[in-house]
Amino acid sequence: MGKISNEELLLKLTSKFDGHINLVSEPYGLLTFETEREQIIEVLSFLKTDLQFIHLTDITGIHYPDQEKPFGVIYHVHSLVNGVRVRIKVFLASADVHIPTATTLWDGANWMERETYDFFGIVFDGHPDLRRILNVDDMTVFPMRREYPLEDPNRIDKKDYFFGR
Amino acid sequence: MQNHLLITDNDPQSELSTLNLGPTHPATHGVFQNVLQLDGERIVSGVSTIGYIHRAFEKIAEHRPFYQITPLTDRLNYCSAPINNMGWHMTVEKLLGIEMPKRVDYMRVIIMELARITDHIICNGVLGVDTGAFTGFLYMMQHRENVYEIYEEICGSRLTTNIGRIGGFERNFNDIAFAKIKKFIKDFPPVLREFEALFNRNRIFVDRTKDVAPVTAETALSYSWSGPILRAAGVDYDVRAQEPYSSYQDFEFEVPVGTNGDVYNRFLVRNEEMWQSLRIIEQALAKIDKEPSHIFHADVPAFYLPPKEEVYNNMEALIYHFKIVMGEIDTPKTEVYHAVEGANGELGFYLVNDGGRSPYRLHFRRPSFINYQMYAPMSRGMVLSDAIINMSSLNVIAGELDA
Repeated sequence: MGKISNEELLLKLTSKFDGHINLVSEPYGLLTFETEREQIIEVLSFLKTDLQFIHLTDITGIHYPDQEKPFGVIYHVHSLVNGVRVRIKVFLASADVHIPTATTLWDGANWMERETYDFFGIVFDGHPDLRRILNVDDMTVFPMRREYPLEDPNRIDKKDYFFGR
Repeated sequence: MQNHLLITDNDPQSELSTLNLGPTHPATHGVFQNVLQLDGERIVSGVSTIGYIHRAFEKIAEHRPFYQITPLTDRLNYCSAPINNMGWHMTVEKLLGIEMPKRVDYMRVIIMELARITDHIICNGVLGVDTGAFTGFLYMMQHRENVYEIYEEICGSRLTTNIGRIGGFERNFNDIAFAKIKKFIKDFPPVLREFEALFNRNRIFVDRTKDVAPVTAETALSYSWSGPILRAAGVDYDVRAQEPYSSYQDFEFEVPVGTNGDVYNRFLVRNEEMWQSLRIIEQALAKIDKEPSHIFHADVPAFYLPPKEEVYNNMEALIYHFKIVMGEIDTPKTEVYHAVEGANGELGFYLVNDGGRSPYRLHFRRPSFINYQMYAPMSRGMVLSDAIINMSSLNVIAGELDA
């Protein structure tokens, strides 16, 4: 694994952002934690400048309709020097799906955030050009949200219970 | 509703003209639209519009069992479909904690490196075509065909391969497949050498590509670039070397890097990667000989479909067949990110699993999508003909771009 262990990383993060690094886990060795949207840019910028996580691998969204804060934004950042990745999650309430943009830190965040907006309707405040990217411009829904089914819900031949789901 | 940005130029005195490059332009090799504002031959500004072949793979994947997602990955980067297939299999195996036998790892390495070679053949060949040299492309194309015959021998299909299964391969490589692989690594090096002789010091080619669209390492990293184009800018990041998967740590190979990230550097890096791929295949063939020749999948009956004869004659096999097909097997409720070095860069799979038969959420980190966003900004100030070869050397594949 990398030159810097997850414990060391976590120690540095918790000492800097005490109380804002929650729900820490390590699925398959990848340090994962949750933070709040007020802190996210500071956390990312601390990771980038102080801990050498210079490569923004990915930004994507997720939707858990049953949660109090259903919309998640998931960042994967990567330290090429130390060979370590970190996953950061921020959850947002459905009444207020706003989060500050990461384009201030990485130019590459631009299209990743546009994609997340396009599919989940998460608004990245301060984004220079937040438009739909893959879907048609006049689409009115955010198709990756769970309330939009893939297929016509009136079909009767493909009910989930036929498949033990 | 805000429409996609149009550059309107209402000033009658203006000398600028607007050009729609794409969506179906012969020079873009795929469905890309760029609305460019030109001052004569020079690009003043540009806007990329993408999504013309968006097929909602991430949504579809939420409704499919794991093994039915492999054909979706074929259709991302269809120039090197096996890498996507293997990347997906390895993601699921990582989720399930399945350990592969060494022989399967080496078989996968052979297939993935062949796929990398075909992808680079296309990219570098087409770069030659766009600079006016058709010969190299046609000459190399014959050998892509030979690789496709190898795929055909192994899995029965050529372009969208659906090769391998979760837990290994669907069948062992036969003798003809091995013979064809050996023939390929014997026949291809002289061709590649000749291809390099045709281009590397060719005055016309070098004049057209050298110092065209140079990219500094800082800019490339800021735009989250990965793959050959990042390495051409001087950053030695290769997933195979940094986070070895599929036993890449057993192989000796070099990660070629360029200096200033221009089109010429990208061309050279890709050529060198083909040499390294050949080197890896050679080593893998030698290693495979030392492994027991009957092993082509891991012993995971709960996830690897049993052969049909067994299903009809053997109780356990029938049960497992039923359980796999009906999705009755519990999977861990967790999340996993797995990255492989695709031909264009880091191809990542972010899989969130809720224990069901299909993913709760699956996100593809598609290198073409992330690499391409710099295209419009970097075209500013370039002449149109340079912008065309810049696009060729980014090797953006429409399927991977639009998912």
